[in-house]
Amino acid sequence: MELNEFIKNLANTFEDANPDTIKPDTRFRDIEGYSSFIALSIIAMVDEQYNVKLTGDDIRKSVTVKDLYLIIKSKM
Amino acid sequence: MAFLHIPNVRMAGISACVPRHILENTQYKFFTQGEAEKFIESTGVERHRVANDDTCTSDLCLAAAEKLIFDLKWNKSQIDSLVFVTQTPDYIIPATSCILQHRLGLSEETVAIDISLGCSGWIYGLYVLSNMISSGQLRKGLLLVGDTTLKPCSFEDKSTYPLFGDAGTATAVEYDKDADGFKFHLAVDGSGYSAIIIPDGGYRNRVNLSSLDIKEFEPGIKRNKLQTVLDGMNVFSFGITKAPESVKKLADKYEINLEDVNYFLFHQANKYLNEKIRKKLNIPIEKVPYSLKNFGNTSSATIPLTMVSEIAKDLTTKKLDLIACGFGVGLSWGTVHFTTEKLVIPEIIEY
Repeated sequence: MELNEFIKNLANTFEDANPDTIKPDTRFRDIEGYSSFIALSIIAMVDEQYNVKLTGDDIRKSVTVKDLYLIIKSKM
Repeated sequence: MAFLHIPNVRMAGISACVPRHILENTQYKFFTQGEAEKFIESTGVERHRVANDDTCTSDLCLAAAEKLIFDLKWNKSQIDSLVFVTQTPDYIIPATSCILQHRLGLSEETVAIDISLGCSGWIYGLYVLSNMISSGQLRKGLLLVGDTTLKPCSFEDKSTYPLFGDAGTATAVEYDKDADGFKFHLAVDGSGYSAIIIPDGGYRNRVNLSSLDIKEFEPGIKRNKLQTVLDGMNVFSFGITKAPESVKKLADKYEINLEDVNYFLFHQANKYLNEKIRKKLNIPIEKVPYSLKNFGNTSSATIPLTMVSEIAKDLTTKKLDLIACGFGVGLSWGTVHFTTEKLVIPEIIEY
């Protein structure tokens, strides 16, 4: 799994986020349009794309995009 | 592995009873501008039924059972088993199934038990009741399943109140030496016990003065410790993984061709989650009925309520091959495969 590819997939879970504006140290909760529903979309995307079960606790303890990426990578 | 084939029992009929009072999800003050529409779009719940203060789950189940017994033309003296599944009983003690035996006018020679499960409750209840009847020592049983889930939900909690609804159901099961019966996969993961929980009021955290303190967790989410907490993310993560896995396991174990199944009846968690499950299993949408729009997530009642409200016409006239799958609070989940032929299904009852 590549970080850049993950960022593209993450951007796709938002209604209209530009992947170019999302960096590894971006706080994903600060991305325009983030909501509890987007959190579910992220869990679904990670399940579909990486076959990894991301829990609510994984999301809660993550702050940046890279935090999420590292958790997913550790579960692969 | 908990795979169980319970032969020599058949389902005879199903009924459902919902409270008369309807609440529309566009009406709530806890939603900010545009939030209600987004909620409805993602959960699929437009409105739900709420029981009044005097109405318990047992009242809804009783009404459903009386109508079903009448339509089946069963003689009450022949009913010898009663399983009541709920997480909203009449009292902490005694068990509500005891009270229901009396209120239904069933014989003292009845086996009556309560089971405390929610989203997976109809599946587990069906397993217990069909197993009781399978040997032929008991002959006719009632599976009464439902919840008044809105009672323990905070009216100021947008993460629970608009999602859930109240309903009670009755399923009739009887001994039949020629019937293939029911094939189950049942499972549990108690490490997720806090994903859906009422923290206080049991004996782990007894009711105390702070139980009633109302806390605001985020805008639109206020509740006390006697009210339901729903960790949406953990339930979602669990549901999209375990529900499809359980269906696949059952199909593999008993060599069921999923294409031969007429309907897949999933616990009605919410539309977004349920559609993920459906797509993972590649099931065409016309085989997956939903009752979420008009009734919301009715906890243990979702599967029988969906059968009565959405596919009664087919169930009453045809022979059908069905799979039902319940998943949630516990965390507990299970799947059952069975066939039905001309079930007796009364019109949905309003209480």
